[in-house]
Amino acid sequence: MDQMPDALVAMRDVAISFGGIHAVDRVSIELNGGEVTALVGHNGAGKSTLVKILSGAYQHYAGTIFVGGKEVAIGNPRDAKAYGIETIHQSLALADNLDAAANLFLGRELRTRWGTLDDIAMEAEARKVMRRLSPHFERFKEPVKALSGGQRQSVAIARAILFDARFLIMDEPTAALGPQETAQVGEIIRQLKADGIGILLVSHDIHDVFDLADRICVMKNGRIVGTVRVADVTKDEVLGMIILGNCPPSAIPGPGASVATNEERGRQR
Amino acid sequence: MVQSASPTVRFLKAAELDSRMLGMIGALAMIWVGFHLLSGGLFLTPRNLWNLSVQSASVAIMATGMVLVIVTRNIDLSIGSMLGFIGMVMGAVQTDLVPKLLGFEHSATWAVALAIGLGLGIVLGGFQGLVVAYLGVPSFIVTLGGLLVWRGAAWWITSGQTIAPLDARFRLMGGGPEGSIGAGWSWAVGALACFAVILLMAGGRVRRRKFRFPLRPLAAEIFLGAAACTFIVAAIAVANAYPWPIGSVRRFAEANGISLPPGGLFIAHGIAIPVLIAIGVGVVMTFVATRNRFGRYVYAIGGNPEAAALAGINTRWVIVKVFMLMGFLAALSGAISIARLNAATNSEGTLAELLVIAAAVIGGTSLAGGAGTIAGAMLGAVLMQSLQSGMVLLGVDTPLQSIVVGAVLVAAAWLDGTYRRRV
Ligand SMILES: Nc1ncnc2c1ncn2[C@@H]1O[C@H](COP(=O)(O)OP(=O)(O)OP(=O)(O)O)[C@@H](O)[C@H]1O
Ligand SMILES: [Mg+2]
Repeated sequence: MDQMPDALVAMRDVAISFGGIHAVDRVSIELNGGEVTALVGHNGAGKSTLVKILSGAYQHYAGTIFVGGKEVAIGNPRDAKAYGIETIHQSLALADNLDAAANLFLGRELRTRWGTLDDIAMEAEARKVMRRLSPHFERFKEPVKALSGGQRQSVAIARAILFDARFLIMDEPTAALGPQETAQVGEIIRQLKADGIGILLVSHDIHDVFDLADRICVMKNGRIVGTVRVADVTKDEVLGMIILGNCPPSAIPGPGASVATNEERGRQR
Repeated sequence: MVQSASPTVRFLKAAELDSRMLGMIGALAMIWVGFHLLSGGLFLTPRNLWNLSVQSASVAIMATGMVLVIVTRNIDLSIGSMLGFIGMVMGAVQTDLVPKLLGFEHSATWAVALAIGLGLGIVLGGFQGLVVAYLGVPSFIVTLGGLLVWRGAAWWITSGQTIAPLDARFRLMGGGPEGSIGAGWSWAVGALACFAVILLMAGGRVRRRKFRFPLRPLAAEIFLGAAACTFIVAAIAVANAYPWPIGSVRRFAEANGISLPPGGLFIAHGIAIPVLIAIGVGVVMTFVATRNRFGRYVYAIGGNPEAAALAGINTRWVIVKVFMLMGFLAALSGAISIARLNAATNSEGTLAELLVIAAAVIGGTSLAGGAGTIAGAMLGAVLMQSLQSGMVLLGVDTPLQSIVVGAVLVAAAWLDGTYRRRV
């Protein structure tokens, strides 16, 4: 238990509650570099909350976080970024009144040698990274409020891949994207993985998960049901984990796995 | 984008001009011409315009800070009282404290008084900002408390007595014949301003070309530059066309041993020092708001506070700094106000907070946060002052003046709202 994990990022017995609701309850998870781990679960299972703890959005959580085998304190988003953890939030977290480039570089602005904002250089970089994601995107001068849902999502993704991340958290990154853009994001995930970057992918799309992920981690009511390699399960088994909390034999069960009662077995049959 | 846009819209798009700003300039022009006609040619005179510029300075200075406060979804109701309190402190420092330490009419008196006042403004503003940002008390409440506290404190300093007269050098900040920089210096300032405009435009063009970004059509660029320089030259010509009053000329002639020629002596006012300060504040604040990291964070917080925090911005500290800046500007306005009056009174600045907020809102600052420009707010201040002094020229009763200004404020906010929804 007290041994340091050798995973790139690990969380141990992490918990947080909001006014009596245990949004995340004693979650332990290990995430490796060069690997895509999918985090799945029903609405309100605690996925976004877990992700936000790792990205520094919450200060008051229990448990420990390790990065590169060392225990770290992540008290705010700057800490997380300093450890190379970049996050695409489900809410996208864009400042609607600023343009795409300003959002991409928010908090890490490029500056001229006089210390002033270098908007032109930022726009140039923004054009480069957006070309990878969304080749048709041209509206660099407008506030992101004027963009479509998918374009806004592309901006949020671009922000996370713009800086050299060691670990990338994507909370439903393709929910609003068209087929071409979704394929593009899938391609980028594969590239990043090949570069040795660790990825935590939150998604409701089981097909995408099976397509992109190496491992699947299922959450239910704030707890981990189990973790399993994609090669070792079927989609139905994963659905069973999500809906019923049933852990198949190939999975490593967590505290959230339901101890199947006779009644439930009967219902399944 | 719309293909079938009218030629004017296309020109505006090509020139990347802010149509809201143009609308305000148009409204101001209409008000000026209207008053000029109604008053039988009294409004658009060098004398009236010069006075208008001096009267607008104090509100315009504070409006630049209020823009940032409102952009972060806050409000500062305390600035009028803070202005009064700090004004009293600066008055007491220059008439009581410094003379005791350094002697009367010491050449550093004005600087000591001003520095203490500005420092106090930062401290008081920062204190309110800390309560807002770190204790989570809504800024409306904190600064409403400040409104009462600082006004009471202003009375306390001298038990309500007016402090007068003030240090002669300090008084220069208030304007008047001596508090203006004269024709020669005004032209120098104008030349510098034109030079800066051309340099900025050329610099921007060069950088955009370097990155191969689309450029404005050269014709539009030249037109804009020429328009800006024409405006600067015209403004300075007006300031230089307003002569010193005969009394000041006579005193000046006596002091310098010049015998007055029979036709009198034409000494131009030039730009008033408070106006020069206001312009300087406008330039610096525009720089802060648009070219600086702090300004970028201010707007980001206004647009989405949660996103700003998730981007790693220390949002609380940014808010504290915004209130510090507001306090500093209130102190600066206080210095100008008491210098103009040649007296510090404990009621100085009463209701100033409302005029300043109105100026910012008329200038296009959104109370929902996230949007507003420094130039717009300063223009709003000039617009409101124009209304007020125009009505004074026409002999409109004071109560009716309030009614008109109030109605204009509401109308401006409504127009701005509809504009925002459409564009
Ligand atoms: N800031 C908060 N305050 C109070 N309760 C919260 C807060 N954030 C999350 N919760 C609660 O915690 C639980 C987990 O929410 P979370 O957003 O993590 O779910 P999720 O798994 O991401 O769901 P979805 O798939 O819908 O995105 C929910 O019951 C939610 O109501
Ligand atoms: Mg979620």
